[in-house]
Amino acid sequence: MATALLYVPKTAKRGEVITLKAIVSHPMETGHRREVTGKVIPRDIINRFSCRYDGAEIFKAEFFPAVAANPFISFTTIATQSGSITFTWVDDAGKVYTEKTELTVTA
Amino acid sequence: MKARLLSLLLVALALTQFLSTTRSQGIAENQRRSGFDTMGPDTQAMQRNDADNPAMLWIREGERLWHDTPEPLTQDKGIAGKSCASCHGDATQSMKSVANRYPAFDEATARPTDLTGKILQCRSQRQQAAPLARESRALLGLTAYVGMQSRGEKILAPADPRLTAYAAQGKILFNQRLGQLNLSCAACHDDAYDKKLGGSTIPQGHSNGYPLYRLEWQNLGSLQRRLRNCLTGIRAEPYPYGDPALINLELYLKERSVGLTIETPAVRP
Repeated sequence: MATALLYVPKTAKRGEVITLKAIVSHPMETGHRREVTGKVIPRDIINRFSCRYDGAEIFKAEFFPAVAANPFISFTTIATQSGSITFTWVDDAGKVYTEKTELTVTA
Repeated sequence: MKARLLSLLLVALALTQFLSTTRSQGIAENQRRSGFDTMGPDTQAMQRNDADNPAMLWIREGERLWHDTPEPLTQDKGIAGKSCASCHGDATQSMKSVANRYPAFDEATARPTDLTGKILQCRSQRQQAAPLARESRALLGLTAYVGMQSRGEKILAPADPRLTAYAAQGKILFNQRLGQLNLSCAACHDDAYDKKLGGSTIPQGHSNGYPLYRLEWQNLGSLQRRLRNCLTGIRAEPYPYGDPALINLELYLKERSVGLTIETPAVRP
């Protein structure tokens, strides 16, 4: 199953502000819904997101039940040096989704 | 005298009722507008840029499945063990304009079939694989992936003369008042578009973006899901998925959206 899509530039100039976008496939079950029988559907949402650029954490977020399914996140950072950018999502079930991309920074 | 007046009034009422069901001649081609034009700028922005369109998750899945060989139900190596790509090659070339031809007349069943029905048929007959459920992630993904290869094309009228009778039946159903609310599709989408239903603008109800990502569903969904939703909304019994009546309706919807651009996979509120 395709779990996540990243939209990150492959190359950037040093000092340039780049926009990073990512979407992950997740039902984001709120825990407030019930089955036909009245049984509560247990909560299963992505509760943490973090992004590491060249080993250092540059962005992190906590998610709550009001966030829609397939959460989409967009933020910016400054391109400092070439390296890998890693996106990590963790859900209530403890499942970890990781996607990685490489950024080449030119002078 | 009073009774006579009353009966006259009743006849007049019946006549307006009759006229209101038969008046609808659809929307002239130069008046047709995609649902894209009536939705909010935020939702439009989601569709405009693929990077913001959640439907791309399904497109990626469809692309993967296109090259994936499903577990065959038979040991016959001559038939089984094929992916979509084994026969059709590169979808970006071979599936171009294909969605624009559906619903099409299917020789095997001597009936029209929609794109999803064709994919299911290919899967069971050519790949000898277990069928995919309607509205499953895999089937929606494949349909959207094939559909996207026609994105940007102008919708063409169904060319096959064998389809005419079925489209005509679809048109009858479109104008037929149904359900406890006694509404037809035409009552809203031909006669009352651009007006409000609750807080939402009533769109013209064109089928040019399916399968599409509906924010309300938080999911990709097919045109048949939308039609069944509408039927439930007017408190009528919905037709089951793949029902001939829904295919007829799809055919008529295509006829009445001729000239619009295919937007698959679209985003709608």
